[in-house]
Amino acid sequence: MSRFAMVIDTRRCVGCNDCVVACKTEHGVPLGYSRDWITEELHGVFPDVRLEIRSERCNHCENPPCVSCCPTGASHIHDRGGVVLVDHEKCIGCKACLAACPYNARFVHPDGYVDKCTFCIHRVENGLDPACVSVCPTHCMHFGDLDDENSEVSRLLASRPYHSLIPEAGTKPCIFYLT
Amino acid sequence: MNQLSRRRFLKIGAGSIVASAGLRQAARLAEPARAAAQSVVRRVPTFCNICFWECGAIASVRDGKLWKIEGNPLDPLSHGRLCPRGTGGIGAQFDPDRLRSPLIRVSHRGEDKWKAVTWEEALNVVAEKMQKIKSDYGPESFALFTHSLGGRFIQHTMRAYGTENITEPSFAQCRGPRDVGFTLTYGDDPRSPERTDIENAQCIVLIGSHLGENMHNTQVQEFAHAVGRGASIIVVDPRFSVAASKAKYYLPIKPGTDIALLLAWMNVIVSEKLYDKEYIDKYGFGFDQFAQIVQPYTPEWAYPETGIEPETIRATAREMARYRPATLIHPGRHTNWYGDDAQRSRAIALLNALMGSWGRKGGLWMPASLDIPAYPYPPYPKPARPAADNPGNKYPFADQSISTGIRDATISGQPYPIKGWMVYSTNLIYSLPSPPETIRAIQNLDFLVVIDTVPSEIAGWADVVLPESIYLERYDDLHTNPFKQPYIALRQPVVDAPADQKPNWWIAKTLAEKLGLGAYYPWKDIEEYLAWRVKAAGCSFEQLKRDGVILGAKQPIYFDEGAAATFDTPSKKIEFYSVQLQRAGFDPVPKYTRPDPGPPGSYRLLYGRAPMHTFSRTQTNPLLMDLESENSVWLNATEAVRLGFKNGDYVRLRNQDGVLSNRIAVKATERIRPDCVYMVHGFGHTAKGLRGAVGKGASDTQLMTRYKTDPLMGGTGLHVNFVTIEPEV
Repeated sequence: MSRFAMVIDTRRCVGCNDCVVACKTEHGVPLGYSRDWITEELHGVFPDVRLEIRSERCNHCENPPCVSCCPTGASHIHDRGGVVLVDHEKCIGCKACLAACPYNARFVHPDGYVDKCTFCIHRVENGLDPACVSVCPTHCMHFGDLDDENSEVSRLLASRPYHSLIPEAGTKPCIFYLT
Repeated sequence: MNQLSRRRFLKIGAGSIVASAGLRQAARLAEPARAAAQSVVRRVPTFCNICFWECGAIASVRDGKLWKIEGNPLDPLSHGRLCPRGTGGIGAQFDPDRLRSPLIRVSHRGEDKWKAVTWEEALNVVAEKMQKIKSDYGPESFALFTHSLGGRFIQHTMRAYGTENITEPSFAQCRGPRDVGFTLTYGDDPRSPERTDIENAQCIVLIGSHLGENMHNTQVQEFAHAVGRGASIIVVDPRFSVAASKAKYYLPIKPGTDIALLLAWMNVIVSEKLYDKEYIDKYGFGFDQFAQIVQPYTPEWAYPETGIEPETIRATAREMARYRPATLIHPGRHTNWYGDDAQRSRAIALLNALMGSWGRKGGLWMPASLDIPAYPYPPYPKPARPAADNPGNKYPFADQSISTGIRDATISGQPYPIKGWMVYSTNLIYSLPSPPETIRAIQNLDFLVVIDTVPSEIAGWADVVLPESIYLERYDDLHTNPFKQPYIALRQPVVDAPADQKPNWWIAKTLAEKLGLGAYYPWKDIEEYLAWRVKAAGCSFEQLKRDGVILGAKQPIYFDEGAAATFDTPSKKIEFYSVQLQRAGFDPVPKYTRPDPGPPGSYRLLYGRAPMHTFSRTQTNPLLMDLESENSVWLNATEAVRLGFKNGDYVRLRNQDGVLSNRIAVKATERIRPDCVYMVHGFGHTAKGLRGAVGKGASDTQLMTRYKTDPLMGGTGLHVNFVTIEPEV
């Protein structure tokens, strides 16, 4: 078995948006839409402030509410790595998954189907990293298999403090942020 | 599920969405996961041109259409990874606002009314006007404003024509003060790309340099690695930059007081004897005089000036000394802030010298270069008059042309009239401060020709506009900057230009031929020229075309490895005390001048970079505008509450001279001091042909009606304007 995950080092990330634009060109995402985005979280009062910058996208949850709520089976778990995908042919654009996703990771493509991050499964299955990971100039993003304890992502999670987003939603997100 | 029932579902489920089968088919073809199997992908190595860093890249063309561009793993600048501007660079190719054919103005200058003409017609006009100015005033009366590597052939034509008035705003409006400050100290400057050994530095000091927001790719990559490996980072900035968020020490300095902090650091390092004595004994000149001069500038003296507590100044000085010589006080790049910038840069150079970091691992390496012979052209004619930018050598340490000096000469007619401008790849309305002065100069011209890819503001003032093909459609000269490891990189066409745009080499060569200067272009086309140069360097043009980059042999880049420790200063040493400055009537060791506080109730206007844009030239790139479509004005959150502004409210800024900006959104934030505001440069376009950019955000340059000229080298300090904030009604 394999369980694909992304581990993102917030200490290195500068929020440059390279991951965002690489996704757009790789997938031909229409202008005005994004499968990934940058979030900045600021705490404190000047000058004693702390800033966390995160590259965010679909969390490819182990317990994905977007899949369980989908009336047509378009939202599904891929047979490899637990990647959550949308079959555009089956999607009716009903937006139930948009409502169910706690991460606001999905959007309705202008052509009528729901679209989101695919973990670049077309690249991963050809031995490449996802486009966002492969372009990042800060090398802050890592992709791999959590079921392999020797993978880079497993080793990073074993050695560094991290958090995930909205864990209380119970979706078991598979993107982890090193702090 | 068949198409019919799908569409019915769509109608019910998402009433606003109209989807036709044809459109959906197109969308599916655009989906690489589906299309990959049948697609033909061609990969072409080249190098980027979205900024001056010019990283090696590989563009992919899928089924004849430009698809994406990625870093070239062989390239020492990109290491296979571009920055967001590079990745989004393909947007420049399908930018709907591109210039498509040569244009000749048909009404008053600045009215932006044109007729499309052929290249033959346009270049005939340019040649005729250039010949007329040459016969009426002499060739020196024609000036060229240029930027970056793409301008080399245009420069060649202009030198052959007989002018030395060739100028780049990148000197007086950008890196010039830094280059002069370092040259006065070491006899050499930090170069471009900078010789900063961030990769190996243990302690990195950034003074106003916002790496990660300015995306100088190699530096950002090395900086991220430095953060990752736990290097000690000290950031000095009135704004809590992205780099500040990575720092061990963040010093929220009062704007304009950096020299006070630098003097206090040097005071601590000298008085506590934390400097590299052996290095200074070996390479330094005038250290004792220098040490005496910095003696009064204690941290306690600097505290009221800078707002940085004495204990923080001491702690950071000791931190730097702890890691020396692997301590890099970054020279910065865009350094024209307050008008005493060459001296501030010299203070940074001196602090590096105290650390012994110049020529040392983790400091500033010695550039390695390849011997690539220049093409053998006939000698240029010697101009009858010296360049007009710096009459009487008023700025004695300017070692490059001062762009604002050419502008001054154009306005005043002194030391002689400048009657023609050619402008290549620099939007002078944005790149020179005080746009009204630029326009006044333009009104004195007999002729203005602009070569650009988009109808920029400066193109709007031209008599003739020549549309250049973009970097993905052309060859350029070789990219051969000295670097850590020497390299040659090739820019080559990936796709055809979509309309009647031409590469700069063709424009320069054809114009030269029309000027009767064909002897200066003995080669048939640029491939012949490039092949000659690559062969003369002992390399294979075929290999370069295939790989995009050829690396030269590694050379020693540190003194310890055998790099030559030579200093091209009058004393042939590192000049702690500068006799040449003293003789010219300047401070031999930098002194601090308290900055003008500005009108009461106003905020100092600071500006900088965003990682998704370059200057004012990327705001019509649809991909990059999709990332950031307008700038905002950063305002301290408490000040915002006091003024009654919320995050996202639109406001206008009014400067000390009454100039009112375009509307701009407030970013109310805890990331900036309460005495200044900040915005990203390059937005708020007004040229109507820039349809994707016009009216989006505000222009900092428009608000720079004042600038303070550096007495050493003529750079224009631009952080000297003040604004108040008015609600947008």
